[in-house]
Amino acid sequence: AYRTDEGQPWVLPVVKKVEQMIANDHSLNHEYLPILGLPEFRANASRIALGDDSPAIKENRIGSVQSLGGTGALRIGAEFLRRWYNGNNNTATPVYISAPSWENHNSVFVDAGFKDIRTYHYWDAAKRGLDLQGLLDDMEKAPEFSIFILHACAHNPTGTDPTPDQWKQIAAVMKRRFLFPFFDSAYQGFASGSLDKDAWAVRYFVSEGFELFCAQSFSKNFGLYNERVGNLTVVGKDADNVQRVLSQMEKIVRTTWSNPPSQGARIVATTLSSPQLFAEWYDNVKTMADRVLLMRSELRSRLESLGTPGTWNHITDQIGMFSFTGLNRK
Amino acid sequence: SSWWSHVEMGPPDPILGVTEAFKRDTNSKKMNLGVGAYRDDNGKPYVLNCVRKAEAVIASKKMDKEYLPIGGLADFTRASAELALGENSEAFKSGGYVTVQGISGTGSLRIGANFLQRFFKSSRDVYLPKPSWGNHTPIFRDAGLQLQAYRYYDPKTCSLDFSGAMDDISKIPEKSIILLHACAHNPTGVDPRQEQWKELAAVVKKRNLLVYFDMAYQGFASGDINRDAWAVRYFIEQGINVVLSQSYAKNMGLYGERAGAFTVICSDAEEAKRVESQLKILIRPMYSNPPLNGARIASIILNTPDLRKEWLVEVKGMADRIISMRTQLVSNLKKEGSSHNWQHITDQIGMFCFTGLKPEQVERLTKEFSIYMTKDGRISVAGVTSGNVGYLAHAIHQVTK
Repeated sequence: AYRTDEGQPWVLPVVKKVEQMIANDHSLNHEYLPILGLPEFRANASRIALGDDSPAIKENRIGSVQSLGGTGALRIGAEFLRRWYNGNNNTATPVYISAPSWENHNSVFVDAGFKDIRTYHYWDAAKRGLDLQGLLDDMEKAPEFSIFILHACAHNPTGTDPTPDQWKQIAAVMKRRFLFPFFDSAYQGFASGSLDKDAWAVRYFVSEGFELFCAQSFSKNFGLYNERVGNLTVVGKDADNVQRVLSQMEKIVRTTWSNPPSQGARIVATTLSSPQLFAEWYDNVKTMADRVLLMRSELRSRLESLGTPGTWNHITDQIGMFSFTGLNRK
Repeated sequence: SSWWSHVEMGPPDPILGVTEAFKRDTNSKKMNLGVGAYRDDNGKPYVLNCVRKAEAVIASKKMDKEYLPIGGLADFTRASAELALGENSEAFKSGGYVTVQGISGTGSLRIGANFLQRFFKSSRDVYLPKPSWGNHTPIFRDAGLQLQAYRYYDPKTCSLDFSGAMDDISKIPEKSIILLHACAHNPTGVDPRQEQWKELAAVVKKRNLLVYFDMAYQGFASGDINRDAWAVRYFIEQGINVVLSQSYAKNMGLYGERAGAFTVICSDAEEAKRVESQLKILIRPMYSNPPLNGARIASIILNTPDLRKEWLVEVKGMADRIISMRTQLVSNLKKEGSSHNWQHITDQIGMFCFTGLKPEQVERLTKEFSIYMTKDGRISVAGVTSGNVGYLAHAIHQVTK
């Protein structure tokens, strides 16, 4: 979780403002949201991920499921894939997770019923960077239709992302081998300070015609950790396919949490749909991203000025909340 | 072509269909009796005063938004256990229980179902009353368990088929799981009397069954939180193996905030710790940790003496209004000159009422009077007001005389 320069948690000023607005609005009640969530939240959340001018949005072939954080979005997506992807109830479809990855990825797909969870090469410890060749080799060798969990930006835990050029190579292999892209986007905006830059990979895949899932979390970029605000964005070939997919996701949601919590979604929807509040939010996000970037650069320069053995450029090459320092256990 | 070409359209939700049709109806006298949420006497959603006060406290405190623990807000889960079990409960006092925060009733049921699937090795079978809440079956099924049924509702009398239930339960294979509605049975509104609960407990104990209590209406059924939890507490006292899911959707009007809890009664505090660790392992890959807002509101209410008192008055107010609507409906039916026995309407309890109306009669109510309910004749009494109860009685009389 983000911390201020005093090491304290930080409630975004725009969030405090919007919460006060909500608290003062006595016309609001606590009625159930629809099963798939607050409509204004869903539309805005997906728009943030895919971009205002996304061809997929224009062509009405996207769907959204408001979820309990990024984890909830991953789980709904995983449950759906297990039931409906690559045949019916095909628990044998391989699921590839980066080595290393967020440790909960594995549990999400195991508990969703997948039997064959594998890793793909990602972190090169020797050179302290991306093992692109290893990654591409794994994709070439993966059985067709395998599912690949991709970190949209700010890879957790290594902080190492593919460059746009590298993403293009990844996409080319995935397209040729019929591999399914399931993006985990937990740090949009928080990584570079730019929503568009942090969503580049997801949008590139969409422009290449992929059908994909993108699990979004608003825990970090809105600082709404404990309100569990997430969204599963579904991009399909056409509206009809997406509609059927959503109808089945609704059944999955109904037996998991029935309908999602209201508070966090209201805050995000209100913020994203007001130009002024959106601008304030963008500013708050940039504050967080900038502080992290500044800390990286300060850490690196101090290590270098201390004459610390080794090279430390990986600290500033990496991005997002986490940094794989390269320190060994000792 | 698409990955999803073979994905079937999910069947439409029957209750949603009722509400959609209601919305399209232009008749000014229309009534929506499918709604599963409380309405005040003006037919409007009701935000409890104690909830507003709790929200004001929260707004003034400027708390951070850090993640809750996986098991939820401790002040909430402890208060929730105490509310269900009673402060004098041995299990509560000894710490021989674990309560985790769940996503309202559904989420709590699902955590429990997944837990039983993983750790209850004696049986895969969950016995539900006939009928039960529509979502029970898919929840347990998706958790990997199998569904069976025991007789419960007698359509001939619109009340409890007690001998049928006792007969069926006495034949359930030992160490199976049986689900019981703690109070305000959904959808029938038919609850056992205390003497009947005692006999049910005896046969459940004899068959060594694990009891899964679903308590979604504590306080909301009779207006008395202790009375509504009586069966849960009695079963635990009898040494029966109990797990419990609670919802604050109705009794605190926190529907969309998703406040709920799942409890396992354990042999002792040590066992409770082990069970808790496994519950966390189940929750983490589902949604990591629960949402704060609803649990915090409920916690402030339960743990602040003045607010708790106010809540008890308000929940009784909701229960009383429902009971009064039942009474008025019956007396209005008599006034209309109906010769049928409508006693079940006042015998039943909680939000829902199984009227006994047949599908053809329900259809006429909708077509001729713009009164919307589910085909099984279930009405949500919450949708009845002193302003429309006369119209409802008139309509029911027309289709049943």
